[in-house]
Parts: sequence; structure tokens; C-alpha cells
Amino acid sequence: MSTHDATAAPPAVGGENYLNCSHGFRSWIFTLDHKRIGVMYLASILSFFLLGGILALLIRTELLTPTRTLMSADDYNKVFTLHGAIMIFLFIIPGIPAALGNFVLPLMLGAKDVALPRLNLASYHLYLIGALIAVLSIVQGGVDAGWTFYAPYSTTTNTAVVTLTFGVFVLGFSSVFTGLNFIVTMHKMRPAGMGWFDMPLMLWALYATSIIQVLATPILGITMVLLIVERVMGIGIFDPALGGDPVLYQHFFWFYSHPAVYIMILPAMGIISEVISVFSRKHIFGYRAIAYSSIAIAAFSFLVWGHHMFTSGQSDLMNMIFSALTFSVSIPSAVKMFNWLSTMYKGSIRFDTPMIYALSFMFLFGIGGLTGLFLGSLATDVHLHDTYFVVAHFHYVMFGGTVIAFLAGLHYWWPKMFGRMYDEKWGRISAIIISVGFNITFFTQFVMGSQGMPRRYYAYVDKFEPYHVISSIGSYLMAAGFFMTAWYLVKSLYRGRPAPANPWGGASMEWQAASPPVLHNFTDEPVGGDPYDYSNQDYDPATGGYVLRKPEVSDR
Amino acid sequence: MSTPHEGRDEHAHPHLQHHFESMAQQYDSGKFGMWLFLVTEVLLFGGLFCAYAVYRANHPEIFAYAHQFLDKTLGGLNTLVLIVSSLTMAMAVRCAQLGQQRRLKQMLAATLLCACIFLGVKGVEYEHKWKHGLLWGTHYVPQGETVAPADAAGAATTAETTAAAAAAPADGGTTLPHAATGPQGLADHSQPGHGGASHGGHGPAGPAPRNVHLFFGIYFVMTGLHGIHVLAGMIAIVWLLRRSAAGEFGPEYFAPVDFVGLYWHLVDLIWIFLFPLLYLIH
Amino acid sequence: MSKHHEGPTYAHVVPVRTLLGVFGALMFLTILTYAVTYVDLGALNIWVALGIALVKGTLVALVFMHLLWDKKFYAVVLMSALLCVMIFIGIALLDSGQYQADLIPDFAPGIVQ
Repeated sequence: MSTHDATAAPPAVGGENYLNCSHGFRSWIFTLDHKRIGVMYLASILSFFLLGGILALLIRTELLTPTRTLMSADDYNKVFTLHGAIMIFLFIIPGIPAALGNFVLPLMLGAKDVALPRLNLASYHLYLIGALIAVLSIVQGGVDAGWTFYAPYSTTTNTAVVTLTFGVFVLGFSSVFTGLNFIVTMHKMRPAGMGWFDMPLMLWALYATSIIQVLATPILGITMVLLIVERVMGIGIFDPALGGDPVLYQHFFWFYSHPAVYIMILPAMGIISEVISVFSRKHIFGYRAIAYSSIAIAAFSFLVWGHHMFTSGQSDLMNMIFSALTFSVSIPSAVKMFNWLSTMYKGSIRFDTPMIYALSFMFLFGIGGLTGLFLGSLATDVHLHDTYFVVAHFHYVMFGGTVIAFLAGLHYWWPKMFGRMYDEKWGRISAIIISVGFNITFFTQFVMGSQGMPRRYYAYVDKFEPYHVISSIGSYLMAAGFFMTAWYLVKSLYRGRPAPANPWGGASMEWQAASPPVLHNFTDEPVGGDPYDYSNQDYDPATGGYVLRKPEVSDR
Repeated sequence: MSTPHEGRDEHAHPHLQHHFESMAQQYDSGKFGMWLFLVTEVLLFGGLFCAYAVYRANHPEIFAYAHQFLDKTLGGLNTLVLIVSSLTMAMAVRCAQLGQQRRLKQMLAATLLCACIFLGVKGVEYEHKWKHGLLWGTHYVPQGETVAPADAAGAATTAETTAAAAAAPADGGTTLPHAATGPQGLADHSQPGHGGASHGGHGPAGPAPRNVHLFFGIYFVMTGLHGIHVLAGMIAIVWLLRRSAAGEFGPEYFAPVDFVGLYWHLVDLIWIFLFPLLYLIH
Repeated sequence: MSKHHEGPTYAHVVPVRTLLGVFGALMFLTILTYAVTYVDLGALNIWVALGIALVKGTLVALVFMHLLWDKKFYAVVLMSALLCVMIFIGIALLDSGQYQADLIPDFAPGIVQ
């Protein structure tokens, strides 16, 4: 056994690392280094999160009054379409896997890079191209078909559907390449001695995510191709006026887009598995159950897409089958939830920012998941379909789940990525503000929806006005929380305390690299072992981080 | 191309990238990646096969009627051409593995030639449909002129289909009837022209069912996407030819040939299914 | 097998005879599937054609694509993709067959051909 000791890594800020080993625009945009690609992805997705967020604020502001507040009805349609498309395709789907996953995956494996670095760079370039094409559709006057592009409206509206769907098509390739790369990396780059069940659960989650990315995204690709061909050439496969079948479009779309929600949530669950264990100072409970449940969710995700189509003309037979299958997905999700709770039980919990986000995740994802059951049951769904109840449900899952977990992961790995500590006090305050603001915004929407407020409506009945006002106020609070987060994170890059190699006492391998890591990740061969065993670490007050205890044999 | 490989022994292969331990690990990773990519291709075409299946199952009369306008001899010829190209590609991989530089180049060139023939034949077929307005969606405007279903002209193997069609109007040629404009639902169609009369493949076309253009829509999307994949494969083979001219491949490094080969076989495999589904409808 | 070849140490080289044998089989099956369309088997025709295509595809995958000699995991990967496609096609077929009866004739204005 090597007597490696994390303090032997070069001093955090100041020494050569992946950030300062080369300079200039070209050294970034053509880099093959997974860490730089991850950081570029992070910067890009955060820019689009800002754009999507501004659109969200426009929607909430418009809905302050039952009639026109800011914009025309046509513009409103375009704003909510772009909000959905940008948040889904440009932010959430690449969010955790491509930005955080790219950075931490090889580090967690103790590898020098992902298996196919050039493909990784190609994935980022495709993301940029796809994003530019998608944004071009705004310049062309926007799209008003909704982010789902349902035929026949999407095939007949005279807005820039072709541009946006072509952008989505290109983004699909980017997503496939990331997933493909991750699967190959986990198969071929694991160090000798690290079996599948010695991997951190984040990697299991990324593995399950990648399976879905590889198996489902091509169907999105062909759907977008057919839609473009439909619009450009009038091929008629989805157009009822030409004898085509619009329900078939929905099958095509949801065959990808339902598994896609698991592309969004699975890596989030991976982050939570890491954070809960580290900040409870306790070995993760039910490791294998969590690992298997990730794979089970990936498998089930391909069998439930029809629950988006209960009121779309899908046959009764399939409605029943899909409803029954939908309930089965809740089992692996609940398995994870109970394992996280059991991990915390009798742990010594520290309420640092990542942990506050993780706790917030469990609360919000719990609500999001349970309301999903209402929507999965046929009789209830007929009433709740296309109301704000659905809007609230998927925001609880996608925002309360994925975005909150993304923030947990961002804060958790921030010191590793940039070698600086952010301001913990402001971190906690804004985490709480975002969680509270989120609940104010979206809980009211459950109430509205159950009373019959339809989604996507521009003008509404007066009785819903108070709810809409409360919801909008909540969204402003949330926005304030986000600006605060942006402020202290950016500030930390310049003024932050230099981060130790292991500020949280994590036991997975990425914490054995310096903060930030050197170009090829590890200065010494990292020491393998149980990624959730915290017994062989000591707190070092000099650096404010944890160091591996030297094996006793070496002292004698 | 190759990233510098610092800190490794002197004898490391120039194509070994820095983060791999050995050529075998690098080859395995690339191969696995290629297989996963092929999976995405299977699913991409899987979507089209799904559209095909749904329309064929629910509107069999459209397929039974419209496939007669495809020339199954040309389709069959193209199938054989692709199989030959698959053989030459497999041979190319073998040559690369054994370091037979000259034969490697010959095999790659032969594959490229087959691909050109395939696209040429495809072009002839497309042109025929274009001339007769046998296109997709609203562009489906079968000309008022006499069109021979390809089956009738089946004997002419490599002759210009259009010429054959024009030459034999009496031999089973049919004027395309216009669709009945009555209040027919999409679901209930009797199937005239399909069944008893069409034994031996020489039956009359019968009256056209509604929405025949759907068949041509599916035909053009499926064969078009396949054609694009053939084109992409040709570009990859040209790239391989350039690299093999520089003598880069040998027993230690043949991965690119192998991976392009896998892709090429998949393109062939998809055609193996497209051919009976589109051309050989009974 | 070809152990006497000086091929790569980490991959299998397929003998020429095997390649030619598979090639012959593929050619034969193509002609067979062409010929069988002249025989009226009723509803069976499509299944015969698909069956032959499946045999051809399997030959290509096993020999030309080396699955026979490669890691079995690649075959698992390919099968998982096919399974996925089967689920998709199966459910879409099942559903569309069910709701055909619910379609309202001429609800959408059809084009005049």
C-alpha cells in the first residue's frame, strides 16, 4: 500500500493546475481535457439558465393580471415555448451529466481522462452549434408551438419551428456523444481493483443516465427529422390533413422525452447520494439497492411514455397498461429516498450549503414524485391534464429535483473545480431563499391546477388572480436567491479562501486530487477503497480540510 | 492526431493516446464506443421502421398498391451490390490486420466503387419517380400519362426503367385512377387489387386507395436517410484510403478500418431489411 | 482459426474462406427472397421475407461484424437496442390498431389527389 497523503498534493492555488497550465482562447475551445470541457459546459449551461430564467420571469410577470400585462398573446406563446425548450434542451439535459459529470467522472475513477476525449470535445462543439441554431430561432421571430412541438400545430404554424427543431436535433447528437463516452469510460477506464460495486453512486447514476441517452435520444433525432421533413417537404406522416397520424407523433416524441426526464433526474439522485453520505459522516445505507434502483429506473423509463397521452386519443387498452407501469417507477425512486433517510439516521449531520440543498431536494422531490402518482392514475389525470397541476408537478421534479441537486453538486465540487471556497454564510442564506421562493411559486400552482386553471393560458378567470400574484412574487424571491448565488460564486473566484484538497471530508477519489487538479488529474496514484468510508480521515485545521490518516504500519 | 504520450516507455505506439495503458485498451474502448454508436443508428432507423409498421398494419392497401411502382429488380441489384461491398469491407479489415497494404487499398477502393454503383442505381430509381410525380405528401401528383407498375416491366433487368415503362404500356400498364372522393374513412378500405387477382406479381394495379402518397413519403425518408448514411460511409472510406496510402495501418493499429467497417456493415444490414419491406410486398 | 497468421495480438482475424462462405450465403438468400415473392403464401409472405432478412442480418452481424469472436457484451449491447426498437414498434402498433376504430372519417380535410 502506498502511504499517499493528500497534503502531499501541491498547494491549492498557486501551483500549476489545469486552469493555468496553458492560456488563450484556443487552449480552451480545442482542449481535450475533460475538466476544461466540463467548465466550458458549465459556463454555457449557466448562460442559458439565465436566459431561460429571464423568460420565466417574463411569463410570471405577464400572469400578474388576468389580461394583458406586458406582452401580446402571441409573444406570450413564444416566451413560454422558448422557456421550455431552452431550459430542457440547453440547460437541464446537459446540466449535470455534461458539466459536472464531465468534470468529476474521470476523477472519481482515478483516471486521467474520459475514454474518448476527442468525442467529448465534439460533443461540446455540437452543443455550441445546436445552441446557436436554437437561439437563431428567436432572431427569426420565435416559435409558438410549445416545447413539445405537437403535430399538427407545429407543422402548420408559421413560426421558426424548423430552426428550433434542427437545433434540438444537433443537441441530441451532443447528448448521445456524452452518454456514449461515459459508458465506455466506466467500462474501460476503471482502475484495476475497482469493481462495479466499488464505484461511487454518482457513477452508477451517470451510467444509468448514459444508457438512456444512448438508447432514447436517437428517437428524438428521427422525430425532429420527420418534423422538419414534414414542414419543408410536406411529407404528411404526422399531418392528419394528409392522412397522417398526429398521435403517432406523440408516441415518437414521448418515447424519447419521457426517458429524458430520467436523464435529468438520475444524475441529480447521484449527487444527492454523495452529498447526503458525506455531510452525515456516515456510510451510505443500502449501497447496492441505490445502485440497482438507478438501473431499474433507466429500464422502467422506456415503458411508461404513454402516461403523457392519456387524453390525446391513445387507446383505452394502452392507457391502462401505461398507468399500471407508471406506478412501478415509483418503487425504485422510493427505494432511493428511504436509503437516503436511513443514511442520515444517527449521522452527525453538518448543514453546509450542499447539504441544505440536498435536504431541500428530498422535500421537493418527495412532493414532486407523489403528485406524479396522481397524474399517473387515469381517472385523476383526465381532470388534471393540461392544468397548472401538471406545471407544478414537473417543476417540483425538474426544478425542485434536478436544479436543486445541480446546485448541491455545484457547491459540493466548486472548491475542486476552481480551488476556492465560496462564502458559506451567503451560500446557506441563498439556499434557503431559493427553496422558500420555489415553494411559494409552485405550491400555489398545485392549488390553481386542482381548481381548473389550464396551463399555457394567457388570459384567465379573475378568481385565479391572487394565486398568480403569489406565484409571481415567489418567482421574484427565487430570482433574488439566484442572483445572490451568482454574486458570491463569482466573488469567490477572486477573493475566495484557497480550497484544501478535501474540504468536506469526501472519501471518493476526486478528493485525493489537488484543488484544482493538475492537467492529468493526479500527482500521485490515487488510493482506492470504499468511497463511503470516512473512518481513516483526520481534520487538518491548518488547511481547513481533511487528510487521509497514514496507515499505522508505515509509522513503525 | 496523436496526443503526446509523456511518461510512457519509449516503445509506445505513436497512435497510443496519453490516457490509455496499451493499444489493446485503446482499441477496446474505441470498439465499444463504435458499437454504442451503432446502437444509436439502429434506434434512429428504428423510429422509421415504427412509422412503417404502423402505416403498413393499418393501411395495408396503400402498400399493396404503391409498391408496384418500385422496381424490385433494381432494388435486388442494389442489395447484391451492397453485399459485395460488405465482403470487400470485411476483406479490407482483414488486410489491415495482416498489414497487407496493397490489398487493403484495393479492397477499400472496391468498397467505394460499390457504394457509387449503389447510389447511381438509387439515383435512377429516384429519377423515375420524380418524372412520374410519384412523390411524397402534396407532391404526389401522378401524371395523367400511362405509368407501368414496375412489376410489369420486371423482365428488363438493367434497362432504363422509364424506357421500359414507356415501351410497354399495353403489357399490364395502367392509367393511375384518381382517388375516390366519397366519404371514405381512413380506417375502412376494402382492398381492391390486393388478393385474388394479383397472383404471380403480374396483377393489375387496381384502383388507387386513398393516401398513396404516405407510402412514397415513407419510402423517400427511409431510403433517403439510408442514402445519406451511404454517403457518410463513402467519406469515411476516402479518409481511410488517404491514411492507408500513407501506410498507417498494420497489425498493431487497424482500429479506424475496423470501426468504419462496422459502420458499413450496419448500413448494409439496414438495407437488408429495407429491401423486402419496401420492394417485396406481396 | 488463424493462429499461424501474424495478425494483431488483441483481435481475431477472420479467414478468407469464412468470409466467402458468408458472402455466398447472403447472395443466395437475396435471390431466394426475390424469388419467393412470385409464390403466393398469403399473409405468410411478409414473415418469410422478414425471416430471410433476419438470417441475412444475423450472418452479417456474426461474421462480418466479428460478433462471433468478440466480447459477448457487444452482442448484448446490440440486442438491447433491438429490444428497445421492438418495445417501441410493438406498443405503437398495439395502440394505433386500437384507436383506428375511433377515427372520425374525414374529420381532417384530406387533400384531393
